[in-house]
Amino acid sequence: MAASVIRRLNAYALTFRLPIIIWQAIFFIGPLFFMIAMSFFLVKNYRMVEAFEFKNWDKMLSRNYVWDSYWYTLGLAALSSAVASLVAFPAAFALAYRSSESVRRWAIFLLIIPFFTSYLVRTFSWYVILAESGVINAGLGYIGLGPYTMLNTMFGTIIGYMTLTLPLVVILQTVSLASVDRSLIQASQNLGCPPWRTIFAVILPAAKTGLIVAALFAFILSFGDFVAPYYLGGSKPPTLPILIIDTTKAGQQWPRAAVVAVIMMVTLFVVAFTAIMLAYRKRGSK
Amino acid sequence: MRTGDWALRGYVLFVFVFVFSPVVMSMIFSFNSDRFPTIPLGEFTTHWYETIFADEDFWKAAQNSLIVSICASLIATFLGFCTAYSDYRYTFRGQGAYLGIILLPPTIPLIIMALAMLAWFSKVGISGQVYSIIFAHTVLTAPFAMAIIRLRLNQMDESLEAAAWNLGASEWRAMREVILPFCLPAIVSSLFLTAAVSFDEFTMAWFVSGLNKTLPVHVLEIVQGTIDPQVNAIGTLVFLVSMTLVIIAQLAIFFRLNRSAK
Repeated sequence: MAASVIRRLNAYALTFRLPIIIWQAIFFIGPLFFMIAMSFFLVKNYRMVEAFEFKNWDKMLSRNYVWDSYWYTLGLAALSSAVASLVAFPAAFALAYRSSESVRRWAIFLLIIPFFTSYLVRTFSWYVILAESGVINAGLGYIGLGPYTMLNTMFGTIIGYMTLTLPLVVILQTVSLASVDRSLIQASQNLGCPPWRTIFAVILPAAKTGLIVAALFAFILSFGDFVAPYYLGGSKPPTLPILIIDTTKAGQQWPRAAVVAVIMMVTLFVVAFTAIMLAYRKRGSK
Repeated sequence: MRTGDWALRGYVLFVFVFVFSPVVMSMIFSFNSDRFPTIPLGEFTTHWYETIFADEDFWKAAQNSLIVSICASLIATFLGFCTAYSDYRYTFRGQGAYLGIILLPPTIPLIIMALAMLAWFSKVGISGQVYSIIFAHTVLTAPFAMAIIRLRLNQMDESLEAAAWNLGASEWRAMREVILPFCLPAIVSSLFLTAAVSFDEFTMAWFVSGLNKTLPVHVLEIVQGTIDPQVNAIGTLVFLVSMTLVIIAQLAIFFRLNRSAK
């Protein structure tokens, strides 16, 4: 069979191989490289001039508010990733080990829907639910509690991030937990391991890769999102994505926005690389 | 163990309530007469729907959204199919990089892609048009198309295509009569899923569209002003459309993938 596969590049092979290369070169690689180049351009009289100067980098890296924003965004995204992982885990555990195959499949089916639909409108809906006179506070009012301020707080931002990330994290965790070899779990129970130790000593290490990848996705999504920190978190201080929007839309300072974007990409690259190294690292053999 | 199981079940329910309550709330409040939505509810009204249906901006945005998501899904599915088939059929140098250029975009924050595309599109003179949004959305959605179709090709018996050649079919004919029919469910699924993703995307659309708003960008602009219950009405319509698309996409393939994988 293998011998009959034609390895030579002919018109047929090129027809299928070339489109994406050409398309992504124009619409994906081109824009990314141009943005990196743009971070060295100058703005004169509100017009962008192509140049190779470090002015934008100097300016942005020497500003305290940029660094404040950087650490705040990094911290929020890490927090969001941790919260999503912790909140999702019991649900993923239940779906993986305490549910039938068909319940699990339906649960994933249902969770895929919100992952792909209307994050913006769902966030706005939270705005109304969490507001001072919103549904939750009105409900709490009946039992004599509140009102609590939930909007324009970090709590609000995290709720927004969960809206974005939780469905995906539950799906990824469920899939990776469900694929852990059951005989390992059975063995640890037979050897008298209490449930908690089975989770920490057997299940978590075995499902490590999937769990870390899920956390990484939560981090990436939160790090790049502007809707939650803007509408639910009150944008104080602004996160890096909000900084990009403000600099681009209001200030017309595209090169400076490009600097922020490049900083974000480098950060994400480092975080993703570290996470993937951790995820695939073999446990030290004794 | 039993109480533990009930607690876990309750917890799963809690997670689902958290995930779906914004959707449900938005639907309820779209029929609620109060300007600021809270409980107890005001009266039932279709006022907000009447408002948006009378709004020319809404219809213009809906039309843009429709054009963009249809075109983006057609192009993305074509690109995804070609790439998935190349990866399935051939082994070649640089295959990793080849897969990288199609699969990477969803891992890059949309705001960065948006800025990069705005700058690049302005530079080459294709910014601010409806087709600018289509280009941007194909880059975002092609990976999903590729993934779905690649998974389907995984299930195909490799000797099927070779058998067609041995029986005298040309490569093109084998493509038409063996590969394409086999991939059809995945192609349908991909068309619907990529349409849904495009229909909902607002960051890149907001940056590159100029004055040609899509529905989510229209929502974004309303939300920036004040609390306007119109948003719930538009949101409900957007939910219904994109949910339907995602559900169809899943029914077309995911159950089939699960079943034959076992």
